[in-house]
Amino acid sequence: MAFEPVLTRNVGQPEARTVAGYKKRGGYAGLAQALKMQPDEVTDAVKASGLRGRGGAGFPTGMKWSFIPKDPDKPKYLVCNADESEPGTFKDRLLMEHDPHQLIEGCAICCYAVGAATCYIYIRGEYTAALATMEQAIRDAYDNGILGRSVMGSGFSLDLFMHAGAGAYICGEETGMLESLEGKRGQPRVKPPFPAIIGAFGAPTVINNVETLANVPHILERGADWFKSIGTDERNTGPKLYAISGHVERPGTYEYPIGVPFRTLLDGCGGVWRGRSLKAYIPGGASAAILPGEQFLDLPMDFDSVAKAGSMLGSAAVMVMDETTCLVRAVARLSKFFNHESCGQCTPCREGTNWMELLLTRIEKGQGREQDAALLSNICTHIAGNSLCALGDAAVGPVKSLVETFLEEIDEHVRLGHCPLPPQPVFEGASH
Amino acid sequence: MSERESRRPTPVVGSPVGGVGTSDGYGEPWPAQSPGVPVLDEASRRRVEELVGRYPDKRAALIPVLHIAQRRCGGWLPDYAIAEVAAALELTPADVYGVVTFYDLFHQKPVGRHRIRVCTNLSCQLRGSDEVMAVLRQELGVDEGDVTPDGRCSYVHFECLGSCDTAPMMMIDDTYHENLTPERVREIVKGLT
Repeated sequence: MAFEPVLTRNVGQPEARTVAGYKKRGGYAGLAQALKMQPDEVTDAVKASGLRGRGGAGFPTGMKWSFIPKDPDKPKYLVCNADESEPGTFKDRLLMEHDPHQLIEGCAICCYAVGAATCYIYIRGEYTAALATMEQAIRDAYDNGILGRSVMGSGFSLDLFMHAGAGAYICGEETGMLESLEGKRGQPRVKPPFPAIIGAFGAPTVINNVETLANVPHILERGADWFKSIGTDERNTGPKLYAISGHVERPGTYEYPIGVPFRTLLDGCGGVWRGRSLKAYIPGGASAAILPGEQFLDLPMDFDSVAKAGSMLGSAAVMVMDETTCLVRAVARLSKFFNHESCGQCTPCREGTNWMELLLTRIEKGQGREQDAALLSNICTHIAGNSLCALGDAAVGPVKSLVETFLEEIDEHVRLGHCPLPPQPVFEGASH
Repeated sequence: MSERESRRPTPVVGSPVGGVGTSDGYGEPWPAQSPGVPVLDEASRRRVEELVGRYPDKRAALIPVLHIAQRRCGGWLPDYAIAEVAAALELTPADVYGVVTFYDLFHQKPVGRHRIRVCTNLSCQLRGSDEVMAVLRQELGVDEGDVTPDGRCSYVHFECLGSCDTAPMMMIDDTYHENLTPERVREIVKGLT
């Protein structure tokens, strides 16, 4: 059965970046439908669709909206998480650069459902092109009565602003993002209270990822039953963007029904590059455990199946590594990232990520000691669950899988006193 | 302070300034010199007012305003710029300094006219970002983080820039350069003025 793209249908269609062009291609029908309904009915429709957050945690979106207090007099906010910083993830950039109105429409529907009059799209500061495209689309939306005092003539009033960050992975964590939005260091808050009760500027706040909100117009337009008909089961529904990178022939963002087997993703992007064989892959960004390739070729790429396999779907950033890849080197790079991005607030994460990078770098250089693998495990135990936000746990993900699944690679480094798979030059005749 | 003061770049009053919230990104850099002029000129102050109006709390405009100030100072934030932003938003310089030091896109020492950021995270590493870094060092003749003697360029490695499908890649100023090869990197760097 052929799957027709939903979220990426406007990719490569420049006319979709204007209100007129987007409408011509069927856009803003979901918002028009929502405005005819009661706000609670909109939330119920999203609940019924089974949509789960596409940012990484997979929390049911409709349920998140329903946590917002109904008090009509207090301000409420929607903050759209466009701080896409998980290594390997580039799907939200595509959505913003190619189909800005799809996101604006999703934001408007969410705001109507929860009674928010202001929405901030927190975009990472590096995404200058996406920022410019979004700004232009927002102005166009104001000029055409999509945003502003009366959204599509309904009397519902909505302001939407872009807010650019300044380069910090931790600002993708929802409370770190709120701190950053408020003009502070992006250090995550203690939860509870959750943002639905005390979020941006002390007010109830919904925080949703770009791709999550991009799904919303389609649910309203085509119905929860249609949405539920796509995917593995009732807990894993709808279309999904997979950002595939690394050692494949055609890296890119691919849209499939959620839960498609990894093998389909790999075949779809031309397979492992340069005729090499698959060694391992990461199914959901830098925070996810590395899976041995052959063993998990047929793994359904949905939230629950990947979790059962001991990893996580996360942002569905699939990083593929071929047979020439040294996994110690790969994980050392990821640990360097987490060490750099740890905000420093919680000791286990701040100190632990530093030791992880140090140990892995040492092992990769051939200076590892026999007890280093056990030491890495021990550090993982001390970080996991012992910090305020998920960054610590994320840092543990790849390291734990290296020690548990690929222990022989660490041992070989220690035994040989050097890396058994030194990096191969990627480019012919490259100078060093 | 005096050493930093002596390096103070100075703006032309009324030079065009955009800023976050406009399609031209963070605004234009300082084009020329003229002493004793504040970092935030009249046009940027109007932009600051507009930004402040978007939030229930003035402080929320801090990061967007720092982007404007940095752009006005040639890509970095000297102490006097931090002090001026603090005053504009009724914060203490220490408070603003704390924010500046937290974020990778803010710089506290001079950078090249062109700022090169090479993504070296895993997806780019798998496709040759180390070779890109090596070519930059060779072409520019300075270490990572240092400015070329003519002030033209500085380069650093950077965490994932969300362009893994076009790895290896680098960002120069506001532009992504994707699907790089050593030859392409050399060509691009030679074209920077």
